[in-house]
Amino acid sequence: MTTNQGGAKAYSAGVKDYALTYWAPGYEPKDTDLLACFKIVAQQGVSREEAAAAVAAESSTGTWTTVWTDLLTDLEHYKGRAYRIEDVPGDDTAFFAFIAYPLDLFEEGSVVNVLTSLVGNVFGFKAIRSLRLEDIRFPLAFVITCGGPPNGIVVERDKMDKYGRPLLGCTIKPKLGLSAKSYGRAVYECLRGGLDFTKDDENVNSQPFMRWRDRFEFVAEAVKAAEAETGERKGHYLNVTAGTVEDMFERAEFAKSLDMPIIMHDFFTAGFTANTSLANWCRRNGMLLHIHRAMHAVVDRNPYHGIHFRVLTKCLRLSGGDHMHSGTVVGKLEGDRQATLGWIDIMRDSFIPEDRSRGIFFDQDFGHMPGMFPVASGGIHVWHIPALVSIFGDDSVLQFGGGTLGHPWGNAAGATANRVALEACVRARNEGREVEREARAILTEAAADSPALAIAMETWKEIKFDYDVVDKLAAE
Amino acid sequence: MAIQAYDSRRDDPSSRKFGTFSYLPPMTAEQIRKQVQYMIAQGWSCSIEHVEPPRAMDTYWYLWKLPLFGETDPDAVLAEVDECRTANPGDHVRITGYNGRRQTQGMSVVVHRGVYA
Repeated sequence: MTTNQGGAKAYSAGVKDYALTYWAPGYEPKDTDLLACFKIVAQQGVSREEAAAAVAAESSTGTWTTVWTDLLTDLEHYKGRAYRIEDVPGDDTAFFAFIAYPLDLFEEGSVVNVLTSLVGNVFGFKAIRSLRLEDIRFPLAFVITCGGPPNGIVVERDKMDKYGRPLLGCTIKPKLGLSAKSYGRAVYECLRGGLDFTKDDENVNSQPFMRWRDRFEFVAEAVKAAEAETGERKGHYLNVTAGTVEDMFERAEFAKSLDMPIIMHDFFTAGFTANTSLANWCRRNGMLLHIHRAMHAVVDRNPYHGIHFRVLTKCLRLSGGDHMHSGTVVGKLEGDRQATLGWIDIMRDSFIPEDRSRGIFFDQDFGHMPGMFPVASGGIHVWHIPALVSIFGDDSVLQFGGGTLGHPWGNAAGATANRVALEACVRARNEGREVEREARAILTEAAADSPALAIAMETWKEIKFDYDVVDKLAAE
Repeated sequence: MAIQAYDSRRDDPSSRKFGTFSYLPPMTAEQIRKQVQYMIAQGWSCSIEHVEPPRAMDTYWYLWKLPLFGETDPDAVLAEVDECRTANPGDHVRITGYNGRRQTQGMSVVVHRGVYA
């Protein structure tokens, strides 16, 4: 507790510069402070210090004018402090502002409360032209008040009996329009062919052509039939996202009553409150939770305004989820490779050190909180598997939608092609071979014993296989 | 190539799969040895388990003796596999690499398919 050395202050009404109160250069953040890094473009004529202080003020204790009730408390104890300003490399229009918030400002276990402060009114503040929340350091003292992933990577592997390789999934297409019974057929074909999971697309909720209860029942039969046939454990991400939390929980309970191992939720459209409650339900009921991220690009894509995806990732890990979409790295977004590797670490690791080359501004300690599986999905097919295995390692879910369903012989053969290619790459890696460098040879050898893989390779060969050996995780 | 039917039947025991590497042809002795070497190189403890084929989906197979804690010679592991197979000729046999730090199995590979009665 800071004491007021100077005795009681006098009240003086009016407007004063934010920097007088909220700019604290040289402040040494405490281990318990919540730290944030914002990228700020200030309005013309507003100094960096004043803009940074304004963000600190508006996202913590301040408002535009002095108020007498400020003096009923000790703002030295509660205020956020802008404590450092840095240039943005290669960009003189913006700068980074580092702000420290006392732990007391936030309700325990509530990422909702953190976001309401940090990305609340301040984003519409007139003195700021644009504002982006680049990173948050959640102090361990806050982390351990959150539930986190209901199960985590290790428990999911044990429940699903999958070891020593990435898991394989597929989103069922067309995403809208199939009847429940036809949809279950597509699920069955994928799972009997060798996939571990299939997935409801995010906008599959409970439309008139396929009500949720019908879908759940047909899918459950498909999952059980595929398990009996293959002898392996299978799952389908049953999307319980709904218009109300009451409907969401009704769907979750029904999935449980059908003995299904995993459900799915769209955390951002549904909101963090719903997501955290559902994660808690999953933890109590031994249910795995796959998380979709619709709407994320609305807030994380603009480099000057919004919230970076690594922040959403941290918030989601605290709120709770066992799978989280990460992007594929090998897709069209080559420029994002380093950043993607950064947030994959944020999903899985216990401690993630500051690493500016990956856009990570702070050390982040998750303590004993379990990790989440990153899910690589979108535009990937068998030719990408060597690179995906090298980049993501074993603790990942690789999802091939078109790359499974688009196989000339159907879903089961498409699933087998992916499974054979994956296992061939993992075996080769374990034998000490350089999987990316020898990608073509490894896949060609495997295809000699698998007509399904040979056809898949033929089908997608037109999609050029010309990416260089990717610069892998530096730590590997 | 013309469209092929997917050849898998619930009443055909050969349609059963066994996790990682079960979609590849059975491994040769040398290929198995390399996987054992990999597990040892990761610092995992190799363990041998076996089960009657009808119980293959059970979590707990019979543990062959105890996990080979501290064993760094792949040939010693493979010798135990042979001994287990000889003693349980009809059973499935798998090698599991236990990762003590993460408290999970780093890898689990069926190296011999048993005979369905």
